[in-house]
Amino acid sequence: MTDTHVQSDPSTEPRQTVRSVSQQISAIVLTEGPPRGWWAGFLVSFLLVMLLLVSVGWLFAKGVGIWGINQPVGWGFAIVNFVWWIGIGHAGTLISAILLLFRQEWRTSINRFAEAMTLFAVACAGLFPLLHMGRPQFFFWFIPYPSTTGMWPQFRSPLIWDFFAVGTYATVSLMFWYVGLIPDLATLRDRSRTGRGRIIYGFLAMGWRGSARHWKRYQSAYLLLAGLATPLVISVHTIVSYDFAISILPGWHATVFPPYFVAGAIYSGFAMVLTLSIPLRAVYRLQNFVTDRHLDNMAKVMLASGLVVAYGYLMEHFLAWYGGHQLEEFMLLNRMFGPYAWSYWALIGCNILIPQLLWFKSVRARPLPLFFIAIVINIGMWLERYVIVVTSLHRDFLPSSWGMYEPTFWDWSTYLGTIGLFAALLFLFIRLLPMISIFEMRELVHEHEHSGGASAEAGTS
Amino acid sequence: MMKTTQPTAGLLAEFGDTDALIAAARRLHAEGYRQFECYTPFPVEGLAEAMEFRRTRMPLVVLCGALLGLVVGYGLQYWTTVIEYPLNIGGRPLHSWPSFVPVTFELTILTAALFAVLGMLGLNGLPRPHHPLFHIREFSRASSDAYFLWVKSEDPQFHEQTTREALRKLQAQEVWDVPSEP
Repeated sequence: MTDTHVQSDPSTEPRQTVRSVSQQISAIVLTEGPPRGWWAGFLVSFLLVMLLLVSVGWLFAKGVGIWGINQPVGWGFAIVNFVWWIGIGHAGTLISAILLLFRQEWRTSINRFAEAMTLFAVACAGLFPLLHMGRPQFFFWFIPYPSTTGMWPQFRSPLIWDFFAVGTYATVSLMFWYVGLIPDLATLRDRSRTGRGRIIYGFLAMGWRGSARHWKRYQSAYLLLAGLATPLVISVHTIVSYDFAISILPGWHATVFPPYFVAGAIYSGFAMVLTLSIPLRAVYRLQNFVTDRHLDNMAKVMLASGLVVAYGYLMEHFLAWYGGHQLEEFMLLNRMFGPYAWSYWALIGCNILIPQLLWFKSVRARPLPLFFIAIVINIGMWLERYVIVVTSLHRDFLPSSWGMYEPTFWDWSTYLGTIGLFAALLFLFIRLLPMISIFEMRELVHEHEHSGGASAEAGTS
Repeated sequence: MMKTTQPTAGLLAEFGDTDALIAAARRLHAEGYRQFECYTPFPVEGLAEAMEFRRTRMPLVVLCGALLGLVVGYGLQYWTTVIEYPLNIGGRPLHSWPSFVPVTFELTILTAALFAVLGMLGLNGLPRPHHPLFHIREFSRASSDAYFLWVKSEDPQFHEQTTREALRKLQAQEVWDVPSEP
């Protein structure tokens, strides 16, 4: 690459050493008390978790009738939120696995909390199908096990595929995250000054000592996990899109769904990573780890995946027109000009028009506009699922069975409650675990120290 | 030659940087030492190779996991849908294999990933809460910014005096006796 790249290295600021990296990141967990913003944020999210508990408790007592779902629109907020959350999770896996395989070293300072974000987003996502089931106490009927009823799950149904996809995704994400944490847990064990910290982190570190043979197997396992997680993440959202695409409903029955869902997942996930990392790096003064180059790179990925999403919309419209199918055509006109037109046009504004600002370097270079664009995209991607679920269902084949969908208070409270759960888990995570991978930062700093002395060109990543 | 009376698990040496550690590992291996281990706060390129530890069994372990998941995943669906609980759904064949692909794929990934993690931990002998090196206070820096090499006393080449001198000659900054586990 060019010389300018050598100077503005994307991964770290100069003057970091192996020692200072270990100190700065572990101090956030071990010695510094949480900043005031942490307490405020945790309090708000904790209250929202309480709201979630109330909403779920009321749901268990009364049943899904407390939600706005009705006969034509059986999939309301629950499925909208499920797809939204699981999509957000995908950026974490993308950053940690796919960027690792492509040797994009700038991922190092954001992969840890992106993975944590994945984990918590998948936890929120997983709640919704369970709550939507009506009889959540029988969720385990999804699992193939020899039961006294003599029945087995129906493996020809996309819903059971979804169960396996999301279950695998949650398990693999957890393992990937935990394996990445082991060496850092050892660092915390060794640097902790309290007996309690040493015992807890020591227990979790499982006796990691950093032996050369261990590192070799560790790296091999980590790389293999990344190689496994990459097709997995693509398969998960593909299967989520099958929930729609395998049906025969106009607006759902489209072959473009899998790729466009995957791109949408990456789009919303990167938007969420930016939404989280911009305030985090400001509060914890981590600008020397999460640099402006990181924000710039993420904005570019967002722009690219946003264009793929726009292409998906375009193809949906084109095929509805070109296919000449009356119901498809009606569905699309109803989306654009029917009673839910507001959601459609808001979606186009949020997901296609406003993100075009990212073409300008001056926008990508400023955290504040970037933060707002990321929030707009989060809203836009939620609206996308709302449009897909609600407008396709509310007016289907028979005008006599048409209806309208109104979310109730409990729909909103459950949704806000999961946002609180997500935020509360993230706040606990940044308080208790290193939010940046310490050992990978050490490795990166060490490589730069080594190559920096030798020659200027070797400094590029 | 007489062994010292105090039970010892070998000698731990600290090195100033990764290059010195790699050089020391290479030299010790050339001198015939086999029972020694290096400790670094991050994976160091070329260190395992200097110890002639080139290949791990990890890829094989993961392949076994993937194949197991593949066979069990497909077999489970075939057995339940065709043999144990045949259901006629719209006249579709019982063995409708394209529908079995997603779950087979997911289970392949799941078992392969489980084998990768458990295999890595198993081959590394983790979890292991106790270890002789944990008795040396300075060793706690191995997870932050220090580079260590442990020559185990089991090594037939090991002799306290000569090994200590060899380590000093290789520019070890400090050498400790490793107490054997009680």
